[in-house]
Amino acid sequence: MTVLTDREKEIVDYLYTAERDAREVVKVTDKYPELTIEEAYVIQDRLLEHRLSENNTKHVGVKLGLTSKAKQVMMGVDQAIYGYLHADMLATEWEPVKYSELIHPKVEPEIAFLLGEDLEGENITADDVIKATKYVAPALEVIDSRYKDFKFTLVDVIADNCSSIRFVVGSKWISPESIDLGGIGMVMSKNGRVEQTGSSAAVLGHPAEAIAWSVKELSKRGKGLKKGDIVLSGAMSEAISFESGDSVVAQFDGLGSVSMFCK
Amino acid sequence: MSTKIEEYASELLEAEKTREGIAPLTERDSSLTVEDAYYIQLEMVKQKLSEGRTIIGKKVGLTSAAMQKMLNVDEPDYGHLYDDMELKNEAVVKVDSMLAPKVEAEIGFVLSEDLAGPNVTFLDVMMATKYVVPTIEIIDSRVADWKIKLIDTVADNGSSAKVVVGDKQSTLEMLDLRTNSMVLYKNDELIATGAGAAALGHPAHAVAWLANKLHEFGISLKKDELILPGALSGAVVVEAGDTIKADFGPVGAVTVHFE
Repeated sequence: MTVLTDREKEIVDYLYTAERDAREVVKVTDKYPELTIEEAYVIQDRLLEHRLSENNTKHVGVKLGLTSKAKQVMMGVDQAIYGYLHADMLATEWEPVKYSELIHPKVEPEIAFLLGEDLEGENITADDVIKATKYVAPALEVIDSRYKDFKFTLVDVIADNCSSIRFVVGSKWISPESIDLGGIGMVMSKNGRVEQTGSSAAVLGHPAEAIAWSVKELSKRGKGLKKGDIVLSGAMSEAISFESGDSVVAQFDGLGSVSMFCK
Repeated sequence: MSTKIEEYASELLEAEKTREGIAPLTERDSSLTVEDAYYIQLEMVKQKLSEGRTIIGKKVGLTSAAMQKMLNVDEPDYGHLYDDMELKNEAVVKVDSMLAPKVEAEIGFVLSEDLAGPNVTFLDVMMATKYVVPTIEIIDSRVADWKIKLIDTVADNGSSAKVVVGDKQSTLEMLDLRTNSMVLYKNDELIATGAGAAALGHPAHAVAWLANKLHEFGISLKKDELILPGALSGAVVVEAGDTIKADFGPVGAVTVHFE
């Protein structure tokens, strides 16, 4: 059992209950402007331990955020971020995502990597990522920052598990060797209308590069990716808002499609 | 309760041997719960194993919205598959070896590792799948005239009787099991069509449901077991002389003959 500092305990409870009650809160750095990125990742770890035990769920994977140049410029940062995915965040194409459980959700299209081997170390390359990947699949990630108006600093969003809340994985899975993952076109539509288009190149040039980056980042903190993990490699376009009654589908060149509906 | 469970289990096993259907348990004993029904099924497992049978897999039933509505339930059920139930592609089956058989087409899963609940997701199932195979499940009811409620079919091993396993084994690479086609033919005539999503939204999701359900009884899914995740269309009645073929497109086809 990890012993938490008072500050960690306060922030963990604050962010956990905000998610549980689907209630937006003022950002953590308003009260603790001195928090560093390293401290934010420690808080994220503590929050995830708390969430695993409170929700009686399990770890299933990792998600990357801020993987596009545009988003990094918008946030005034020069690095991506990562958070974790739990089993109770997995939504399906055939059951609704419940709006009442969310605050102000947005959805973004991503390529999911399903790992057949562990990945760790500071010298991991995109090729290593491809070799360790058993399947890739189309995915939609629902993000739902716990912060008021979806506004935050890098430290805030890391502490908040990078706004993770739900994800949906499509049902066609293919080997990463059988497709050029660097240039997969994507069209995302809401209720039949095209909302976003993009390409997998938006994800740090190539989604496998983004995952290699995350492995290096994780190894700095003594962690890695595990066999069986699903990794959401980063958004291929801007996220779009949705609400109750909306249906979203993302179609990927060569990878099929993935959809979700909200009720 | 335990003697009653043993009695009902023996009655069902006897009905299977004599091919004389029994009156529905639910009509005779309104106190029976779904959990009791699973313990009747597990008592039958005990007796089957003592007779030298081995378990080769499990089946999920009541996975379609239509079947759940018909029995007025909102979740599937499961049963055990024994070694003497397995048949090869093109097998010939005697109709009078059963009471009132029907057939269902299913995409069978074989796992490369054990899967134990809770919290098993369809992602875990996909990652643990060694291959999928085309199958026809022959269902039968040891309850006379199929007059079953949920509790009756659960006690009766999910109304399972035989499973015909096709020859083709496919990894999940490039397959889309939600949209995977299923076309059912009786004597070369198309009689039903469906797709993978008919089984609880996704066949691998049905397998995940099973892993989590079995956890309630301290059971896990085992490596190399055959898992039937649910029918992709309504069940079809068969009689002597019929040939049934289920064609699953990229997953392959399987045929069984009745005499």
